[in-house]
Order: sequence, then C-alpha cells, then structure tokens
Amino acid sequence: MNPAPVFALIDCNSFYASCERVFRPDLLRTPIVVLSNNDGCIIARSAEAKQWVKMGQPYYQVKELLHRHGVVAFSSNYALYGDMSQRVMTVIEGMVPALEVYSIDEAFADLAGVPGDLDYLGRCIRERVLKHTGIPVGVGIAGTKTLAKLANHAAKRWAVHSGGVVDLRVASHREWVLKKCDVSEVWGIGKRLTAHLQGLGIRTAWDLSRAEPGLLRKTFSVVVEKTARELAGTPCLQLQDIDPPRQEICCSRMFGQRLTELAPIKEAVATYVMRASEKLRGQGSLASKMRVSIRTGMFNPDEAKYANGVVVQLPYPTDDVRLLTRMALEAVGRVYRQGFRYSKAEVLLLQLCRRGEFTGDLFTPSQTLQTERVMSVIDGVNARWGRGTLRSAAVPAAAQWAMRRELMSAGFTTQVDGLWRVNRAPTERRCT
Amino acid sequence: MTSILGPITCGSGVVPRYLFRIPAGFPSPAADHMEQPISLDELFNLRAPHMYLVRIDGDSMQGAGIFDGDLVLVDRSLEARHGQIVIAAVNGEPLCKRLHRIGGQVALRSENPRYPPRYILEGDELTIWGVVTFSVRSHDLK
Repeated sequence: MNPAPVFALIDCNSFYASCERVFRPDLLRTPIVVLSNNDGCIIARSAEAKQWVKMGQPYYQVKELLHRHGVVAFSSNYALYGDMSQRVMTVIEGMVPALEVYSIDEAFADLAGVPGDLDYLGRCIRERVLKHTGIPVGVGIAGTKTLAKLANHAAKRWAVHSGGVVDLRVASHREWVLKKCDVSEVWGIGKRLTAHLQGLGIRTAWDLSRAEPGLLRKTFSVVVEKTARELAGTPCLQLQDIDPPRQEICCSRMFGQRLTELAPIKEAVATYVMRASEKLRGQGSLASKMRVSIRTGMFNPDEAKYANGVVVQLPYPTDDVRLLTRMALEAVGRVYRQGFRYSKAEVLLLQLCRRGEFTGDLFTPSQTLQTERVMSVIDGVNARWGRGTLRSAAVPAAAQWAMRRELMSAGFTTQVDGLWRVNRAPTERRCT
Repeated sequence: MTSILGPITCGSGVVPRYLFRIPAGFPSPAADHMEQPISLDELFNLRAPHMYLVRIDGDSMQGAGIFDGDLVLVDRSLEARHGQIVIAAVNGEPLCKRLHRIGGQVALRSENPRYPPRYILEGDELTIWGVVTFSVRSHDLK
C-alpha cells in the first residue's frame, strides 16, 4: 500500500528583504523595503516595514515617509536573490525525498512515507536553512498541497504559537485553521472569486471545504472544485518535478529614462531579443512567430500616448539570436513614430515548438546545423564567462537606457568585486 | 522588407575534419590511469550552499596569516568553537576575529598586538555568522 500523501510548503519570510540582511547585520532590526525594476514601486517589505507602506506603492510617493521612519530602501538585486534562493533550495533538497521549487522563495516537499515526527522535521528544516543561509523560513505540513499552503500561512499568522511550523494533518487543528481563515487566503482564490464566493455565503476556507464540489465546478471551474476538495483533505495536485516548457517567452522592461530616438530603442529591443532567445534555447524550444511592441508612459496626463506592436512571421522555427535580432529591429522600425517619449519595449516569442517536433515540408528551409553550433558556442561562452560576454553587435556594453537601480546592494555572492568586506576601519564603512 | 531567405551558401554542410580523425600509433600508456584534475571548488567545498567568500580588510588578523585584502572561505554550517577564526557581528558590526570562550567569558581577539581584544559584555549582541575554514591571498607583485 502506498503511504498517505503528505506535503510540506516551505516559504521564505520576506525573502528579498531577508536576503538584503544576510550581509548587513547592522540592519537586523531595521525596516527594509525592496523596489521594483527601475526603482518604481515597493515589491517587498520586511515585517517591520509593513506598517509604513503597502505593496505596490510608488516609491516616489513614500520616499519621504520611509526616510522619516528610518526605513531603508534597496533596488532589487536579483543576482543576490537568485543565488540565495538556490542555496535555500539546495539545503532543503538534502533533507526531503523530493522537492518542487515553486517560485524563487517557496517550494513543495513530498513527505509521504517519511517516518518520525514531521513537525520536528519542519523545525529542523527551519533551523538548518536559517543557519546555513541566514534566511528565515516557515513550514506548513498537510495531506494536500492546498492545505500545506494554508498551514504555511497559519504558521506565519500565528508565528508566536507555531514557532514557524504548522502541521494540519490532525483534523481538529485543520478545522480550527480553516474556520479562522478567510476564503481569500486560500491558494488560488483571488479578489474576484472571493467576491463571487461570498455572494454564495462562502466566507471562510472552512465554508469552501464544505461546499458541494459539483456546484463549484458548474458555477466556477474545475480548478475551484479541486481547491475545495484539497481543502477537505482529498489530494488532487501532485508534486511537479519539472516545469512544463513555456508556450510563450516574454522579455519586457521599462527603460531607465524616456527614449525619443529610434537608435537606443533598437539597442533595448536587441537586448531583450538576446535574453528571450537565451530562455528559448534554455528550454530547448524554437519560435515560429515573434511580437515586438513599444509604448509610451500610460499614466502621465501631460504626455502624448502611443502604443503599437507587430507580429513577425519567422521564415522557419528558430532560436537563432542573429535572425531574431535582424527581424525584431526591422519590426520596431515599422512601429516607431517620431515625437513620442517611449517608456517600454517588449519582445514576445510565440508559437513555440520543441526542437525536432515540427515537421517542415521538403521545400521549407529550416535552421542549419551551423546555426545550432554557433548558438551553443554563444551559450557556452556566456555560461562560462558571464551573461553578455558574447552578444550581438546591436547590444551595447553599457546602455544609457538601462534600468535605474540606484540603491542596489553589492553582488555579495556572485561578484568578486562585490564580496562582503569585514574588519573595515569605522571611517571606511559605508553609512546607511 | 528584409529578404527572408538568406543567400545560398555551401558552408552549412561542412563537417569538421577532426571528427573523423582516428587515433593511430601506440595507445597512450596513461589512458587507463586518467583521473579527474584537482578542483579548488571541491577542495574548498565552495559549491556547498553554506559556503561563502568574504574579503578581509586591515591588518588586525595578520598574526593568523590573513592580510589586508585577502579572501576567506566561511562555513556557516559549523558550530564555532573556542580558538576558531570566525566572522561575527557585534552590535551589527561585522568582524573577523579569533573566538575565545573561557568559562563564561567570550572575547573576539585580533592577531595583532596593536588591537586589544573585544570582550563581549552584558548588553552586547554577538552573532556568529560563520567559521573561517581557508584563506586565499595573492602573491602577485602587481
């Protein structure tokens, strides 16, 4: 007989802010916020900072307020967060039979058949991750993924009592938490669904777990039905080992400043094509179509607004950065209009197929073997010596339109020049 | 419009000749004795999730052979013992010192007579960040 399914959801607390603290012990109790690309708005807050700002608030609106209350702001340092995430996941992987990394700061573990006290295992995971990486995590344990997610939520909400670990396999505990949690706190139940469910008298997670599954499927979707079943303790979701390859790949970013000329916009588009094609090759796919679009700022009433995009049919399914760049630059030239102040460009690769999956007819040209070799050399060089070492000539080494990241911490774990410096004389130390 | 078909070349079908090179002559007597080259990553266990590189400033640890600008490898998984060189934070200030723990008294000692030991007193907050396991220095005279 198979052992009863048990899942754990391990989730890092205020992950970005916690990463910033690892190499800044002076900020142990200082409230921290992390800003989105371009220092636009607040995307992460340490527990202490939550009383001062909301998620998503524009930075310029709260800059003064933050300063007044001693809140320290950081530009997002994804190189650091990515490395710390990998460390956290590697530590957990060594302690559980199987792990599904769900996002940069959370992972599901399959604990079915693990003997012994799982609550204790949860506490060991917490302790070891904290010791090895400095990142605090919470652990939720339950018989289904949706319940494990809710258990994790409960571990945070009642942190003082839970010590960061909650096991919902005991029915009475499960009922207590389900009754205390609003239906909006359930995994996958968003704002709109919440309003709709409340209309049906479903207010708590407990209500949802007791709702008639057939009705839920008819009124909403099979996803909501599965969520309700999972809350009632019937596992419907398995651990996913590998990401299914994406159906489309997008690279889009705000410029660090408004751009009016075509030349720097072309540089940006070429850069995004490079990144998108790296992702494409990374998952072993080829693209048949590409959409290139640009737009001005959309919110400033004083600025003229313009947005346009064009879909390009590629001659054959390809992952060739040279071909994609050539066609993207031609496309952006077609949608560009003079006299606007552009804020963003986007490159979207569409109609992806697995390499070797598409069938061309005899007369359709396809990507040459030579191209495949060139691409694998480019990827090999960039993997060995760093992203952008080998790039198309349309991509500048240092772009004037690049993202603003004025408050970024060092590459503590990824750059030799950015390593943490210890034993500095007090005068040399940077002030916050 | 850009032309979609590229110029027809005969380059794409060329296969590098070395692929067909067949070894001839005497087989290498070392062939059966090949081993992996030594990896500093492995020697220092640098790829483990609990290993970190830190740069040391100043001359306070020169008696231990750690000089200004040296790199140290820090293991966060170890429990710091008396006598080990540690990275620690005292009231938020990061320090690399030798840990002394005698009786109930804890001190962080420099390895340079010019620096007095830092005794941890009541009200001080000491966090041991990790244990220094190796140091790396450049002997290049640049």
